[in-house]
Amino acid sequence: MKRADWQNLGWGAALLVVAALLPLTGDGYLISLGVSIAMYTVLATSWALFSGPTHYISLATAAFFGIGTYVMGSGIEYINYWLLLPIAGLIGGVIAALVGLATLRLSGVYFVIFTLGLAEMTRQAVTWYQNQTGHKGTYVLTELTDPHIYWQLLALAALVFLLGWAIGRSKLGFALRIIGDDEDVARHVGINTALSKVALFVVSGATAAIVGAMIAPRYIYIEPATAFTPMLSFQVVIMALLGGTGRLWGPLVGVIPFTLLWEAISSSFLNQTTLLLGLSFLAIVYLLPGGFVGLYDRLRGRAKKRSAMA
Amino acid sequence: MMANTVISLRGATKQFGGLVAVDNVSFDVREHEVLGLIGPNGSGKSTTLNLISGALPATDGEISLRGGTITGLPARAIARKGVSRTFQLVRLLPSMNVLENVMAGGVFGHRRRWGQSAERHAMQVLEMIGMADKAKSHVGQLTYIDTKRVELARALSGEPEVLLLDEWLAGLNPTELTEGIDLIHRLRDEGRTIILVEHVMDAIRSLCDNCVVMSSGKKIAEGSTDDVLSDPEVIRAYLGDDDA
Repeated sequence: MKRADWQNLGWGAALLVVAALLPLTGDGYLISLGVSIAMYTVLATSWALFSGPTHYISLATAAFFGIGTYVMGSGIEYINYWLLLPIAGLIGGVIAALVGLATLRLSGVYFVIFTLGLAEMTRQAVTWYQNQTGHKGTYVLTELTDPHIYWQLLALAALVFLLGWAIGRSKLGFALRIIGDDEDVARHVGINTALSKVALFVVSGATAAIVGAMIAPRYIYIEPATAFTPMLSFQVVIMALLGGTGRLWGPLVGVIPFTLLWEAISSSFLNQTTLLLGLSFLAIVYLLPGGFVGLYDRLRGRAKKRSAMA
Repeated sequence: MMANTVISLRGATKQFGGLVAVDNVSFDVREHEVLGLIGPNGSGKSTTLNLISGALPATDGEISLRGGTITGLPARAIARKGVSRTFQLVRLLPSMNVLENVMAGGVFGHRRRWGQSAERHAMQVLEMIGMADKAKSHVGQLTYIDTKRVELARALSGEPEVLLLDEWLAGLNPTELTEGIDLIHRLRDEGRTIILVEHVMDAIRSLCDNCVVMSSGKKIAEGSTDDVLSDPEVIRAYLGDDDA
């Protein structure tokens, strides 16, 4: 490892410690905001691990998240909570692998539509099953409170960042960058493009499922409409793109302002949140094509040029 | 098939619907040979190259590399077995610098390296090709011939058994063309096995040991470059009946 790597690791650890202190404030509103930010950070970062380099826009986050909440919901009476988290990840990962193998041959827009459909289909399937068995939702009763959930999500975030960092330095990470640039070239230099894409899709699917399982106790009562809300998929995409997928920390930079704005708007103008979503989307397309990360890189490039000329 | 045959095509055929782009083509490429694959536009040269590299699956026939069949294998598997190529229209990786572009060919290809060793090797290839000073340049800043050089370096960095060049010299200005021909001459002198799809006659004459001539998907001539280029049927294919 180079010195810069240690430095980044140090900064990351320091930030993590500071973030972990949040529940000590005892402020319920702050902690609940913290849970949202931590949750979206994990979702957006793991989403970007796959979609950033490959440019495949996945709208399947809600599907995996919902699967996770339902794994927790249906298992909590029989199986230990801590065991259910990896089980949720495993199930999410396996489904992601199957979906990935079936769909990652599809290009661009077909993949987007399929992933959106996947979330909807899973929701309908769960609803149908529940109607058959005659109950509408499931209770998830645990002793876990917001601070616990927050710390768990924070630990998961740390894990995702470490994993993303490791992938970025690996052959797999290099292969994905090549695939994102030109898939034909990737094939012709000997890369197994399907396997590489599926591997990352599995990572993001498993992570979203674990997040769903962690969040389930917070809902207490889960039903398909809340667990599989398609809004979640869109939020994650917008946050990740707003921050920028070019760097590992990019999505985080999008998540924080977006979540704060979202909370502020939904507390005073409940029905205007979709407006925020739309405006953010326009801002990304017209003003911030590379997200905040892209803006940062452009400004730095300009500063460099200026100092070179001076 | 002789013992030192690297690539061998037997009855290779590619059909697109009713169109037979490559029609029952057979030829061998021996080790250290530079073979020119020539013919008028639309005669199926590039498609033949695409069949060898696995970009397109063959409809019929057999293609083998050092005696082992590669027909039907995906492009990545063929690349790993030692077939490297450049593309008719240059395809670089736009988000990466020159060095990374070259490394891309050496990390997953025939001879695989990773980390510092991959970087060192990519650097050596760049030195050989005369671009070591531009290793950190962004590919968007390169001149046309330099983009072609980088693509060639990428193909070389996997240390392939055979190199497929699809009109690598096309579009170069006269000065660049001389440089380009010199470069491929060096590769030839190193004893590399190369299949060259090319239109530039000067290049074909000075680089190719042997030529295979295609017209309308069929092989119409094969032999030493001088013989083939003076073959009346070849001239007819290029220029039409009156000039023969």
